[in-house]
Amino acid sequence: MLYNILIDPFVQMGASPDLFVQTLWEGLVSGVLYALIALGFVLIFKASGVFNFAQGIMVVFAGLTLVGLHEKGVPAWIAVLLTLGVMYVLAIAVERVVLRPLVNQPDIILFMATFGLTYVLIGIGEFIFGGEPKQMITEQLFLPTGSIDVNMLGGRVTFQKLDIAAAVIASAMIIGLSLFFQYTRIGRALRAVADSHKAALSVGISLNQIWAIVWFAAGIVALITGIMWGARSEVSFGLDIIALKALPVLILGGFTSVPGAIIGGLIIGVGEKMAEFYWGPLVGGGIENWIAYVIALGFLMYRPQGLFGDKIIERI
Amino acid sequence: MFYREAGQFKKTYAADMAVFPILQDRIGLGIILFIAAVVIPLTGSTFFISSVMIPFLVFSLAAMGLNIVTGYTGLISLGSAAFMGVGAFACFKLTTSFPNVNILVWILASGFFSAVIGALFAIPSLRIKGFYLAVATLAAQFFLEWCFVRIPWLYNYSASGAIQVPQRTLFGHIITGANATPTTRYLVLLAIVVFMTWIASNILHGRVGRTFMAVRDMDIAAELMGIRLLPAKLTAFALSSFYCGVAGAVMVTLWYTGGEASDLFNIRQSFYILFMVIIGGLGSLLGCFLGSALLNIVPLVLKYGLPSIGIAIASETAEHINHLLVGALIIFILIVEPHGMARLWQITKQKLRTWPFPY
Repeated sequence: MLYNILIDPFVQMGASPDLFVQTLWEGLVSGVLYALIALGFVLIFKASGVFNFAQGIMVVFAGLTLVGLHEKGVPAWIAVLLTLGVMYVLAIAVERVVLRPLVNQPDIILFMATFGLTYVLIGIGEFIFGGEPKQMITEQLFLPTGSIDVNMLGGRVTFQKLDIAAAVIASAMIIGLSLFFQYTRIGRALRAVADSHKAALSVGISLNQIWAIVWFAAGIVALITGIMWGARSEVSFGLDIIALKALPVLILGGFTSVPGAIIGGLIIGVGEKMAEFYWGPLVGGGIENWIAYVIALGFLMYRPQGLFGDKIIERI
Repeated sequence: MFYREAGQFKKTYAADMAVFPILQDRIGLGIILFIAAVVIPLTGSTFFISSVMIPFLVFSLAAMGLNIVTGYTGLISLGSAAFMGVGAFACFKLTTSFPNVNILVWILASGFFSAVIGALFAIPSLRIKGFYLAVATLAAQFFLEWCFVRIPWLYNYSASGAIQVPQRTLFGHIITGANATPTTRYLVLLAIVVFMTWIASNILHGRVGRTFMAVRDMDIAAELMGIRLLPAKLTAFALSSFYCGVAGAVMVTLWYTGGEASDLFNIRQSFYILFMVIIGGLGSLLGCFLGSALLNIVPLVLKYGLPSIGIAIASETAEHINHLLVGALIIFILIVEPHGMARLWQITKQKLRTWPFPY
């Protein structure tokens, strides 16, 4: 038994390194996608302290809007622009209708409000586009399809071109976001708000405006994530359960840290694929659903604020 | 006009500290209990009892469980459905292994299994707080859900993975299984819920409940005042899981007579119970009932009420509108009254007392 748990998986890894690399790659790719969802959470949490449960459904909603518009005969690139417009309207609406009346309420109330938002978005999405899964418009968006086979380590490892594209786009977006935060006026305002709401208000930064911007930024991230997730499987409301996987990523990386979201995503992605592939058969498989939480809990016991989160200081 | 406390003098401390100090409240409670226990079983149709009242009572009990940990102790838990599942499977295993023991004993006993598992998953709560803890409770949800599917011993190796409680009797009446009448099941359930509510009210108004509330309001201050945090939080989780477990047990024994699929206890169910607690009112026993009533009635009104007054909507559309309405309702109630419907009821009572004057 102990041999099966502690030694045998590593023997297998050593015996067929090509399979190991393949599993590692699969893990990294799903890790990138988890990281993208977590990134949307982090953006909003940093700027407004709202734990945005609706991020997962925003991903689905953005993807559905894009595909739905394209089905109505709108060319792909106009559909992308229109979807961005929808996400912008959504951001403004959320700020006006949900956040503004609830300002200064306890965190848990705002968290619950985003729960409500989740259900509203599910309702609207199903109402307009129907509940059936849809095919993502991969070719129209010039995303590569097919795969590359590489002969290495005495075997063959398959890389989906789409996954490579996803990794490249995700890195580009993360670099773009950090440049935006670092060098633009709005980015500086965002960081100021993240540091202290009161101080930001007193130097003349409009909180309402910043919140709308930050929700729009999270909307853009959601759209890109939606395209990537959708291209790998399909666009449906079943994805919101997968979006829950971003939560262990968040607690692992810390709610307030962008690098934390990315590294946390990669750890969780690789960890769960490895666990499923090498340790899953011991208990009958399917452990992918909860192993991520166990990994995250293990880290949390040692660092309650996540790997990169701000130190939690409590005062009376 | 009728809701005045003038002339009701409290002569003892106990009378002053009573849960219902005003005579009219006690009369009102008596009327409600009378309607629930006598009028509804006599006049309610089978549909009303089995599709409205039974789910309402089951979810009230579950909401009570979640309210103890989230409303009274301030620890967000997203795993309540999983703890319901523990109770359900425990009850099923116990009654099939020991068929001679009264089912009511097993329903209450299955709560203890749930309480132990709940306390086990609560251990991280000392170190982890707030949203981090909420996500940590998801670990319990997904792990237990996985166990319900992957451990065939739990459902006695049945091919479909569903659990079906066999026929059991109480005082010669059939109360579980396919042959039990809805009215009998309803009355047993009502008795359990009233009993559990009475116990919960006593616990929460006493020392234990005050400990919970102190932890909720500020745990560091509570610690400085001499409350030991780990036992307090573990008790809260255990008590909460006990209630959820009993709710799960009555769900499979008294509600689902046909032995439904095992994904009754999924994450969506957890969220659903959380909504009831929020909409009803955090930290209020009355709120559990109000929230459960509202969330059970809205889907039914959409499904059966609207077509009967001439607005025909497809059942699929009703489902979508239901999502939309529940979401909008949550946001609306949070904006209008963040403390839920229980607070609205208190405000109404205050207005009634001072009527016709504004204050």
